Amino acid sequence: MKKITIDPITRLEGHGKIELFLNDEGDVENAYLQIPELRGFEKFCEGRPVEEMPRITSRICGVCPGAHHIASTKAADAVYHVDPPPAARKLRELFYCAHIIHSHIAHFYALAAPDFVLGPTSDPAQRNILGLIAKVGLEVGSEVIKHRAYAQDIQAVIGGKATHPVCGLPGGMSKPITEEERKDFEEKAKSLVEFAKFSLKLFDDLVLANQEYLELITGDIYAMRSHYMGLVDSNNRVNFYEGDICVVDPEGKEVARFKPADYLGHIAEHTEPWSYLKFPFLKKVGWKGMVDGKDSGVYRVNSLARLNVADGMATPLAQAEYERMFETLGGKPVHATLAFHWARLIELLYAAERLLELCRDNEITSPEVRTIPTATPDEGVGVIEAPRGVLIHHYQTDDKGIIEKVNLIVATVMNNPAMNISIRKAAQGLIKKGKVTSEGLLNMVEMAFRAYDPCMACATHALPGQMPLEVVIRDSQGGVIQKLSRHLTAKPLEIEILGG
Amino acid sequence: MAKPKIALYWASSCGGCDVAVLDTNEKILDIAGVADIVFWPIAIDFKYHHVEAMEDGAIDLCLFNGAVRSSEQEKIAKLLRAKSKVVVAFGACACFGGIPALGNFTNRAEIFQRAYIEAPSNANADGTFPQTLTRVSEGELELPEFFDTVLTLAQVVDVEYFVPGCPPPVDIILKVVDFFATGRLPPAGSVIASDKTLCDECQRIKEEKKITRLYRPHEIIPDPKRCLLEQGIICCGPATRGGCGLRCIEANMPCRGCFGPPPGVIDQGAKLVSAIASIYQGDSEEEIARMVGEVLDPAGTFYRFGLADSILKRKHCQQP
Repeated sequence: MKKITIDPITRLEGHGKIELFLNDEGDVENAYLQIPELRGFEKFCEGRPVEEMPRITSRICGVCPGAHHIASTKAADAVYHVDPPPAARKLRELFYCAHIIHSHIAHFYALAAPDFVLGPTSDPAQRNILGLIAKVGLEVGSEVIKHRAYAQDIQAVIGGKATHPVCGLPGGMSKPITEEERKDFEEKAKSLVEFAKFSLKLFDDLVLANQEYLELITGDIYAMRSHYMGLVDSNNRVNFYEGDICVVDPEGKEVARFKPADYLGHIAEHTEPWSYLKFPFLKKVGWKGMVDGKDSGVYRVNSLARLNVADGMATPLAQAEYERMFETLGGKPVHATLAFHWARLIELLYAAERLLELCRDNEITSPEVRTIPTATPDEGVGVIEAPRGVLIHHYQTDDKGIIEKVNLIVATVMNNPAMNISIRKAAQGLIKKGKVTSEGLLNMVEMAFRAYDPCMACATHALPGQMPLEVVIRDSQGGVIQKLSRHLTAKPLEIEILGG
Repeated sequence: MAKPKIALYWASSCGGCDVAVLDTNEKILDIAGVADIVFWPIAIDFKYHHVEAMEDGAIDLCLFNGAVRSSEQEKIAKLLRAKSKVVVAFGACACFGGIPALGNFTNRAEIFQRAYIEAPSNANADGTFPQTLTRVSEGELELPEFFDTVLTLAQVVDVEYFVPGCPPPVDIILKVVDFFATGRLPPAGSVIASDKTLCDECQRIKEEKKITRLYRPHEIIPDPKRCLLEQGIICCGPATRGGCGLRCIEANMPCRGCFGPPPGVIDQGAKLVSAIASIYQGDSEEEIARMVGEVLDPAGTFYRFGLADSILKRKHCQQP
């Protein structure tokens, strides 16, 4: 059996590797996404005071530190049985909207858009954020940079730093915002709403108006019929900050709805010896291996999952876009993996609208942002929608609030089984008779997991937004028979046929 | 003159140092203008074999972020050292071990036990652990080896400069770029930050007063104008290098030491213990015992970012 190795790809907090095995006919028999890293937060957080956890666990991810910070803060609230004052709750959500905006802008423009604006099989030297700016103009590029910076600025004012904020404490926030800061945020939020509308228009003009791309999005290579999981508010709308966890099956039927604290009744994790990352699944459906469909416990999280699970968006402009997406793609649930990108832009608009609402809230500058906890600490779960999906922090402490046990289930891990399936499916659809025909194919394999914005988005949040990728085709003795790799921007694609 | 060549790499880290580079915003385009980025795995398509093919010293500046905790990271650190004229330990993890080095309170076996066996969501009745080599029906799959101990970059290779911070602030990043753009390099071994302590730079009012008890950050609403330590909150400012822009202090939260020890201090944690002891007022042995008891997690607080670089380095672990 031939083995195709894609190594290194860039992934969350380090490197990842894809192994594709080809059968005697040269078709893809199986695919493995291997995650070669582990840092052990669950273990080394033992012994730390729970109020320090929001500052420690943000370091799980430097791209979505805000998500870990807020999930951890909510878990610490629960440990101390304390509710933050209303202004603190709103301030956290305001901060968090800015966080989602930063992440979604960076992901769409630096990572996703080049595939569509320049084309999935376009010159790899151009297929990046710099090529994108060259195509759409420096003016647009400057708007992208400016608006991501707005989102970072808002987080930094509230949290001290945008990357690794320090504002969350059990019972509230470390400081209130001033009226001057509120006014500044409001102006930025107005501009962000316009920018989100612009981004959706760009997606319309450059992606949806292109029949070839529309077929790619709705085609079979990138489709996967799975369960979906997301947080919803009391009106069943998408909510990033709080709510119930809802699960729908591949037909869109609700099969579970539970409080975050009850996650252990619904989510379990499988281990494989070939990856440091575990494989979460729906406990009541069960682990059936790396397969999709109604009988498999594999589920997906992140933007499209949230929209599939909810009945709509809580703000008017985003709601209209939500309806338009499902109309265009044939109703709920949408199984097209590439539609995660579209859903992400609808969420960008929602987050900007919600940010603006919160900036105009009379209570938002209230100095009452702290409740001093008085109950004996014991155990708590904090759940939030990270930009990449449901994020669970679960802490148990002694009666002084010192951590005894930690369990963390992060969004990219939840999508781990689905990413394996999507990669296999894309590779099976693209690689036939052992032939890897073009560099564009490599990019199209990448597109299968890029849609999930796994935390390797760290990579693609950066210039020029393209992952390093190398494909080596080996014979069954391990000899290299073909090698494909992408080179630096200025150079054309080079294909080395090394033998066989 | 040819443009200087820059390489960026991440090891055991979170990606925040790379976001910090991105947070230079429009200036990232200026950086791309004055230098050729020849290796940046998270962003650009150069591979290890491209680096291997370079001549020794071909890279002018390597910004290396993240601690070292696997054989692969160690290998790349050595490779980049050979190919680079100047290596910068970029960020708290590369400089001091950072948050990942809290892992030095435990070891690989304990981490595996917790992650794959004990965690309450596990469905792992067979007790499966990740393996460096797995035989699947189609062939073999490999994973890199995970070390027991987290190392700083300078414990693995020689390092010319240190840029502290979690993450490094934008003004310091631009300063580093400017050093290279203008050729005005500081002496080797320099820490590119302030030579003062965070306390020296802090604008909060200090009254030189003693304290009689400690408060945890969630137990008190501190006056935003007064010294946090003098309000009874452990703040690592007296034993931490300045230059950070007082980002946490401005948010009314205490320093946790991500800029590492100030000049002349070898062990940040030991310095903190003495700083806190000097402000504590205790008259009897009972008082002193109570105060010591109020420091609930001394190791994890005083060595929050610096365990790998401290005199302790790690918890003693018995090798099987």
